Amino acid sequence: MNELFLTSIGSLFTATNLLLVLLGVVAGIVVGALPGLTATMAIALLVPFTFTMQPVHGLILMGAIYVASIYGGSFSAILLNTPGTPSAIATTFDGYPMAKRGQSYQAIVTATVASVFGGLIGVFFLLFLSPPLSRLSLRFGPPEFFWLTTFGLTIIATLSTKSILKGLIGGAFGLLLSMIGIAPIEGSVRFTFGSISLQNGIALIPALIGFFCIPEVIGMIERKAEHYTAIPYRRQRRVLWGVLIHIVRKPLLMIRSAVIGTIVGIIPGAGGNIAAMVSYNEAVRASRNPEQFGKGSMDGVVAAEASNNAEVSGSLIPLLTLGIPGAPPAAVLLGALLLHGLRPGRELFTYHGAVTYTFMLSLVLANILILPVGIFSGRWISRLVTRLPVTLLAPMVFFLSVIGSYAINRNMFDVFVMLGFGLIGYVGRRMKIHPGPIVLGLILGSICEQGLVQSILMGRASGSVLAMFFTRPLSILLISLTLLSAAWPFIAGAIRRRQAGRKA
Amino acid sequence: MNKSNPKLRWLGVLGLTTALLILTVGYAAAGGQSEGEDYPSKPITYIIPFNPGGQSDITAQYQKPGLEEALGTSVVIKYTPGAGGAVGWANLVKTKADGYTISGNNIPHIIIQPLVRENAGYQTEDLIPVYCFQTTPIGLAVLKSSPYKSLDELVAYAKANPGAITVGGSGTHSGHHLALLQLEYLTGAKFTYIPSTGAAPSVANFLGGHTQALFANSDDLVGHRDEIIVLAIGTEKPFAALPGVKTFKDQGINMTAGIDRGVCVPPGTPDSVIRTLEEAFDQVTRNPSFISKMEELGFVMQYMKSEEYTRYIMNKKKEMEDALRTLGEIQ
Repeated sequence: MNELFLTSIGSLFTATNLLLVLLGVVAGIVVGALPGLTATMAIALLVPFTFTMQPVHGLILMGAIYVASIYGGSFSAILLNTPGTPSAIATTFDGYPMAKRGQSYQAIVTATVASVFGGLIGVFFLLFLSPPLSRLSLRFGPPEFFWLTTFGLTIIATLSTKSILKGLIGGAFGLLLSMIGIAPIEGSVRFTFGSISLQNGIALIPALIGFFCIPEVIGMIERKAEHYTAIPYRRQRRVLWGVLIHIVRKPLLMIRSAVIGTIVGIIPGAGGNIAAMVSYNEAVRASRNPEQFGKGSMDGVVAAEASNNAEVSGSLIPLLTLGIPGAPPAAVLLGALLLHGLRPGRELFTYHGAVTYTFMLSLVLANILILPVGIFSGRWISRLVTRLPVTLLAPMVFFLSVIGSYAINRNMFDVFVMLGFGLIGYVGRRMKIHPGPIVLGLILGSICEQGLVQSILMGRASGSVLAMFFTRPLSILLISLTLLSAAWPFIAGAIRRRQAGRKA
Repeated sequence: MNKSNPKLRWLGVLGLTTALLILTVGYAAAGGQSEGEDYPSKPITYIIPFNPGGQSDITAQYQKPGLEEALGTSVVIKYTPGAGGAVGWANLVKTKADGYTISGNNIPHIIIQPLVRENAGYQTEDLIPVYCFQTTPIGLAVLKSSPYKSLDELVAYAKANPGAITVGGSGTHSGHHLALLQLEYLTGAKFTYIPSTGAAPSVANFLGGHTQALFANSDDLVGHRDEIIVLAIGTEKPFAALPGVKTFKDQGINMTAGIDRGVCVPPGTPDSVIRTLEEAFDQVTRNPSFISKMEELGFVMQYMKSEEYTRYIMNKKKEMEDALRTLGEIQ
């Protein structure tokens, strides 16, 4: 492992790789900063264009965009009070009040420094947790995959949206979509309505592009009349130093936020927005001055931004080791990995180790590059955020959506899949059913089904199907997590009621 | 939004238009239609109907640079896993027969599936054979920690406890599945078959101890020889890459098991295109460094051109139909 690690450091520092990281960081910040363009969408649009690249180049570019767009979301959160990506939602709580006080530059520098540190702590976990976990991945047999995906499905139902019912509806719809096509085991043909194109199932990347891009395009056109009231971005001297000192003086806040971000990232189905909210809540609880939060506290910005950038690497841990994406953008990366012939699991760290380690190390570089790029180009980015006309943005994203979904298989059917799911995604959004649960249902569904069928076969052979599902140690752990996450809304409700009762 | 700086806006328009133009031109060039004489004049899609990382994929990855050189165009490998390869082949027969979409084809898969499935989505004869480049012997293995140290012990246990031993393999009605059915038929033992979507996941399942035995291709057996005991190999003669391993025949079970791999094109593909492709594959397959790489991985080389390969498939089909009928898998 050490040897791979060192040679990968060497192979990372080629002109092409460095250029790709820089390009990814700049593009990612812009995409993240523009309200309506999210990390998931940017990566989904990019996948088709990377599949003629060498795998490692494509992954480096997408990784840098992933990291930088999560950070970029803080620009519009701070200047417009609108999260540029869902992950930046908690950044608005204190970032916007800071900007209103005239501290827009300080808020952005705080977000930048917090993102860099948080992101680096996240990559640290990715680099040192993934290889041992990938060895553990062999212990994950069919029952474990069944329970892990079930756990992921309960998470998307209870955590990813405000309404449990709507989360469940989205997840169930995704599961149904995953059933389309020839069954992964036994090979029976299901729900294809006689169409050969559907035998292969719903193509993942076109569906993702549809779900994440088209509703945004329609939304952009709808919002065209709206005016954002942007707060000007004024550069000030000596802010960076002050922010650095502030953050270094509170190492606990930084480390706690980054660890929360990483853990939430690892949990399948929970993304950056949840990471930032949880970390923000914990920062408020731990603070000696909780009343300052929400009124422009630097600590609030640090908590949100450190954790959502740590979440990026966290979401890659289950992706690379088990093939289970920890967040929607990671789900797109799964498609990209498979497109390049890289199957998650132990072989990614042995046989394909050179690619994997170079990719993971490139994330270190991307996180570091955020600092200079964010600070020196902040002025232009903030101008772009507040002034790029929708009349340019909307048709461009639409154009790329069509091209991107066609390019993967050179197949018009995929374009119709993309458009169809785009409309479904838009209607769903109007009904407050988010695409996240649908997409994770779609991905986790077939893994879950395979685990279920194989476990039943194995259970019959061993004499007890129930023992196969309920007595294996790792399975028991996963079942407990599943039960906890399924019951969590009720537990949380009870706690809230008790607290309210105590106050009254 | 309307108050934007006109200069900036103009720059934006200019930049975006240029970007879009470049993309459009790029795609038009890549997807432009041109046929016949100047074949190949655009990238060729090479379908691997299995998961990435499996044997078909590994071979295709090694062929890719040589093919690109021989054909003078880029070759894009595309994965359409599922249903033991049937998803990919069902899709292939629907694509345009212009030689720009080719697919790996595996025997016995393309023979068994149309025989046992109501509608496999294709017929064996629909897949026009172009070239056959390798055979992979199939072997039966257990982990070193397994209580069964020989084929006799494993079979004896399975006879005494029908269905209690799980055996992993790449998919339903794949070569591995057929090998297990043959073993059951010849010995009277009963196993539980656990299919996966491709060889790689079934190997991972087996190495993790989730299935007790595994039918696997020789390269996986060679690659993991430190962790496993190969109980038997499906070749006629002892297999050089696995010294000391006995064949099924040596152990009194009269069977061979292997997977032949080649490429095919959709029905109606022009002869001239098939000639071009078979020449390219012949050139790649006879490359000494390719041969040594393949043999190192445990493959047995084949050099069958279109005609010979077609005859080979027809003969195999007849053999298998008889075997499956005897095994009771088909009426």
